[in-house]
Amino acid sequence: MAAYLARRLVGLALVLLVVCAVTFAIFYLLPSDPALQACGKSCTTERIDMLHEQMGLDKPVWQQFADYIGGIAGGRTIGTGELAVRCDFPCLGFSYQTNRPVWDLLLDRLPTTVSIAAGAAILWLLAGLSTGIVSALRKGSFLDRSLMAATLTAASLPVFFTGLMALYLVVQVAEWLPFPSYVALADDPAGWAQNLILPWTVLALLYAALYARLSRSSMIETLAEPYVRTARAKGLPERTVVVKHGLRSALTPIVTVFGMDVGTLLGGAIITESVFGLPGIGQLTMDAINKSDQPVVMGVALLSAFFITFFNVLVDLFYAVIDPKVRYA
Amino acid sequence: MTTLVTGTAVEAVPTTSWRRLTARIWADRGARVGLAIVVLFVLLAILAPVISAMTGNGPNDFHEDKINKALGGPPLGAFGGISSEHWLGVEPVNGRDLLARILYGARVSLLISLLATAVSVVIGTLLGLVAGFFGGWLDAAISRVMDLVLSFPSLIFMIALVSVLPSGDRMLLLILVIGFFGWPYIGRIVRGQTISIRHREFVEAARAGGQGNVRILLREVLPNLLAPILVYTALSIPANIGTEAALSFLGIGVEPPTPSWGQMLQKAMSWYQVDPMFFVIPGTCLFLTVLAFTLLGDAMRDALDPKGSH
Repeated sequence: MAAYLARRLVGLALVLLVVCAVTFAIFYLLPSDPALQACGKSCTTERIDMLHEQMGLDKPVWQQFADYIGGIAGGRTIGTGELAVRCDFPCLGFSYQTNRPVWDLLLDRLPTTVSIAAGAAILWLLAGLSTGIVSALRKGSFLDRSLMAATLTAASLPVFFTGLMALYLVVQVAEWLPFPSYVALADDPAGWAQNLILPWTVLALLYAALYARLSRSSMIETLAEPYVRTARAKGLPERTVVVKHGLRSALTPIVTVFGMDVGTLLGGAIITESVFGLPGIGQLTMDAINKSDQPVVMGVALLSAFFITFFNVLVDLFYAVIDPKVRYA
Repeated sequence: MTTLVTGTAVEAVPTTSWRRLTARIWADRGARVGLAIVVLFVLLAILAPVISAMTGNGPNDFHEDKINKALGGPPLGAFGGISSEHWLGVEPVNGRDLLARILYGARVSLLISLLATAVSVVIGTLLGLVAGFFGGWLDAAISRVMDLVLSFPSLIFMIALVSVLPSGDRMLLLILVIGFFGWPYIGRIVRGQTISIRHREFVEAARAGGQGNVRILLREVLPNLLAPILVYTALSIPANIGTEAALSFLGIGVEPPTPSWGQMLQKAMSWYQVDPMFFVIPGTCLFLTVLAFTLLGDAMRDALDPKGSH
């Protein structure tokens, strides 16, 4: 198990390094100059040259990349002269526009995004799985067909449409809830939940529909396996057959997708955050893109790539724990 | 959105049963409804200039007499200004005809999502075929690249790329970027299917008959993969419609004044309290198209699913 874990962690580091390199290439080889942005509108050629030198942009690309990686591993001082700034571990670059290290900006926004993603994930897992399982057990019944029609509808509704609909109906017309704003969990747990219930529901609706469809087909497929028939034939109670023999292996594809989805959302629930105006990583990304704050965009890209690959490894570890075949493959 | 596609294991089907398959798809009521909606929207998109000429409202004609300037620009009249002249009402502030903008927006949504799907399908099929058929280091390299692209946060990279790249032709850029992030999904499916049939008798026979690799790939292997490729294509169109709309919603879709549904929804966000019709109309169109393509794709998958588990 330790060897397997080590192998997966090395793999994770390698993937992240490549993601770093690709991200770096995209942002630093494309035609837009961070020095020009830091300098502002009335900018002389001499000043640009000086800024290039101070920001380290005159160095060869590989050198800049090495500095960047070094910064992530152990912090660094970016630039020289009047623009020198200290950027501590893990240094993901410095945002000249906000005058803060990218990592600090990310840390500010992370709680909001984690709150949105975690709450929604719990909701959609519960709703999606139970719908899928009930449908699979009553395959072909009226209940199954209605549930599947409902999930098909929900899966076709984009979050920004359901979000606006929810804001209009629940906040504007019925006045059941206030317009969502972020309240820290530690400050006021009830307010935190009350403000987030709308974003959670809207986001979870889409995913619950997708998970219901996925778990239904996975469950039906598993229940048709010979070993399930054997379990029934030897007289096990239906509950044991469904939960222990059916659900357990039907969960496999769902766990894979769940890891991917949570990883992706942690990198910014961009649409949800922008509909409800919540200050998470997604909104940070959009602000940074609108202001061409490249170091921030790059930091977000890396952070979310990290979450995606990290959750992939977690999912694989989970398999390794429940299925010895994986460990020795 | 990708979860729609994962977990659909579709086996290769001999081409001889195409007629039976189309019959089975046609027997599905959902598929017929889906097809009807798709045909309707495609026709509306094609006929956009004709319909717009009929009503006399171009997508960019301002109708300032149709809005309430005193209140800051909401449409005059009930339901977002629906009238005999403006069948779906008008846009707040400038009074542009919503019907015309919806029709021209349909062109953008459909064109971008269909072409982006084509890009993913072509790249994915080619690389998947090569990886599965030749195996060895080629397979290893292509599979690694697929894993890598899949571990990229695609929405963030799409946003970043579209906003950083020079936007000479925003539409082309969107097609290429959306298409690029979609190819590994189909690449994986094609690779798996290719591996499962590359040692089948008819492939061996063709090789024994002295046919070259390229010929075998195109004439023997590819025709047997058409079914899963088609199902994947049908299921990834709605996902791409959603992605295009999301990008437009975030303000990095096609550039105004060219209309798109996502962009209309973005504008509608600041009007949802006063003029809810402004978001309901493009939202409903988006919903119907995504639903219709999903119904079609589902029916195709069910018709091809040997276990009949759906």
